[in-house]
Amino acid sequence: MKHRRLLVLAGVVGVVALVASLSVVAAGSAKPTASHQATAVAAPKVPNAAAIKKKYGGQKITFVGDSVGNGHVRDAALAKRFTKDTGIKVSVVPHPAASDAAYSQLARAFSQKSSSIDVAMIDVVWPGAFAPYLVNLKPKLGAQSKIHAAGIVASDTVNGKLVAMPWFGDFGLLYYRTDLLKKYGYKSPPTTWNQLFTMAKKIQDGEQKSNPNFAGFVFQGNSYEGLTCNALEWIASAGGGHYIDNGKATINNAKARTVLDAIRNQIGKTTPRGVTTYQEDQTEHAFDDGNAAFARNWPYQYGIGAGAGSKVKGKFSVAPLPHGAGGHSVATVGGWQLAVSKYSKHQGAAIEFVRYMTSKAVERFDAITNANVPTIPSLAKDKTVVATNPYLKPATANVARVARPSKFLKTHYNEASKAIYQGINQILNGTPASSVLPGVQSKLNQILKEH
Amino acid sequence: MSSVAQPAPSRRRRRRHTKLQRRQTRIGWVLLIPSLAVVAFVAIYPLGKTVYQSFTNAEFLAGITPTKWVGLENYRTLWHDTVFRHSVVETIKFTAITVSFEFVLGLIIALVVNSHFRGRGVMRAVMLVPWAIPTVVAAKIWQWMLDDTYGVVNDLLMKAHIISHPHAWVADPATSLASVCAVDIWKTTPFVALLLLAGLQVIPNDLYEAAGVDGANALQQFWRITFPLLRPAILVTLVFRTLDALRVFDVFYVFFGQRPDTQTMAIYAQSTIVGDGHVGYGAAISVAIFLIISLFVVIYVTFMRVTEE
Repeated sequence: MKHRRLLVLAGVVGVVALVASLSVVAAGSAKPTASHQATAVAAPKVPNAAAIKKKYGGQKITFVGDSVGNGHVRDAALAKRFTKDTGIKVSVVPHPAASDAAYSQLARAFSQKSSSIDVAMIDVVWPGAFAPYLVNLKPKLGAQSKIHAAGIVASDTVNGKLVAMPWFGDFGLLYYRTDLLKKYGYKSPPTTWNQLFTMAKKIQDGEQKSNPNFAGFVFQGNSYEGLTCNALEWIASAGGGHYIDNGKATINNAKARTVLDAIRNQIGKTTPRGVTTYQEDQTEHAFDDGNAAFARNWPYQYGIGAGAGSKVKGKFSVAPLPHGAGGHSVATVGGWQLAVSKYSKHQGAAIEFVRYMTSKAVERFDAITNANVPTIPSLAKDKTVVATNPYLKPATANVARVARPSKFLKTHYNEASKAIYQGINQILNGTPASSVLPGVQSKLNQILKEH
Repeated sequence: MSSVAQPAPSRRRRRRHTKLQRRQTRIGWVLLIPSLAVVAFVAIYPLGKTVYQSFTNAEFLAGITPTKWVGLENYRTLWHDTVFRHSVVETIKFTAITVSFEFVLGLIIALVVNSHFRGRGVMRAVMLVPWAIPTVVAAKIWQWMLDDTYGVVNDLLMKAHIISHPHAWVADPATSLASVCAVDIWKTTPFVALLLLAGLQVIPNDLYEAAGVDGANALQQFWRITFPLLRPAILVTLVFRTLDALRVFDVFYVFFGQRPDTQTMAIYAQSTIVGDGHVGYGAAISVAIFLIISLFVVIYVTFMRVTEE
């Protein structure tokens, strides 16, 4: 009798916990699916579908894909179309939203020679580290790679092997509220960081009277790969180098210290105090919910901001990121590639999936529905693509690009980037740059010396 | 646990064992072999391999450097590693804070739900809900509740005029450890209460009746009867919780990711192995964690023996 009551109790507790967990998960996934024009354009059909079906139909592959913004919605739509046309079943698994966590997941799978991943999306800084585990795509996709930007194809080629195919590009942009700039008497977006801080302060002070959650400026300040990208823009735009220049760590210099301390002084003043925990999604939510005047993010945010669920639809625009006193505007190069695992049991089917996903038709679909930067230069001039993605206009698209130092670090990139973003996160959380950067610099030099 | 303290059977007693008894012992050992093999496979082999790897420069990804024996080099580096030292301090702080709060609160809750009152069954069920929610889910809930812009905690505190403007509990280094401790205490106190409740239930009621007859008040009853008889359960609970807290990974990982100032030992080991790819050095960190935790086990077990005698 006693036992039975205990079992009933345990059951009740279990059910309550399950319901609570599920509702949290549901609440968590509800936000990013606020899709916009995604329904207007259908996923393109697969060319040569019949031949592919005959050869690989019925096989099952796993694609470790996107999780930021509407990326997973797009992946699922494309995979569904691919399955319908070719009979190859694609199970789409979103990777962790933080790029360094996604790296760890893949590294774990590759080191275990796991066949559980067939196709994976690879950050622009990873081909060097993962090359030994990836299939050379040159024999089958070499011809298709020629339509993509030569620079990206070159960085996806390791020791003569094409280990990944360019999928979409990325670069940092400044998002700003056109209506608020007008309201507070500004004619144009800021060109220097100091202008940005002044404008952010004035707008924030005014807006907080009616909206206490309003902040001047949001960006990716969390201790993760995204901060390495954000801080590169701050430092390089102030003439403080690119973390590592000519094979030597340069991060500990006066210009870098000045700009990092300037940003540190804004934390909790013109930014939310919690910006040091923000990744891309939190940045996008703050801006698109109408709670920020300025935001630094990748182009995908444009699509969500201009979409149906956005509160800033028609009220924002993009500009090049500001620069420091003696510098000029820059944008960190990002971007994602698709690669096929050497341990995949269905490499043929996986390559066909990559062929489809990196085709001109799919990149056009992705650019129009998801505001991602095409890696095919002719698409970046396509009228419809530019109309939905105004950031592709020369004013923002031609801004000087800066690259993270993966070419010097190769297989050690992830470790070095961690040293960088952990150090800068510490600065943002209140430690002066002068007591953090010497340590980061010596760690970087030590990593450079090790290989 | 009592088997640890038992003296080995003396030789004279063993000689008196009959043939049948000896055969039974043999059969017993034979029957134990499968489980011993499993233990060896799942516990001793990985542990041995970790120790072995800690003396090499093994890397996670292939083709970086050929793996070779480096002797004590990893341990030498570890000795001077300030990041590791910081993570040890951080973990021990977390352990000390959470275990003491969980113990005190858990004991109070256990005493309350052990007494007779209406709705006790419901109370016992409700109290377990935090423990039944998966840690990652609980941590995510709390992360949102503690958010500086949208969080309900700030909203409530401001409405109650306790704070004047929202505070970034997780982001601000001054409150980050406190916030993660709060989540762990919220989640694990029920577990502690449950273990202590089980201990309370085996204390015979007539002891209290006798004490009542002798005129002992509630406080005297607690210190003279409840506490001494609960001691075995308390020690088991503390061992469980301390070892768990020293290995903490999930709450910190959800709250802080790779943030440097709030890194626990387990997170440092994980990020060294999987993030940086240094399996050899990561193995040395893991061995160090193992030794630190073992130290606590030794202290507790010794303490237990002393109190048993």
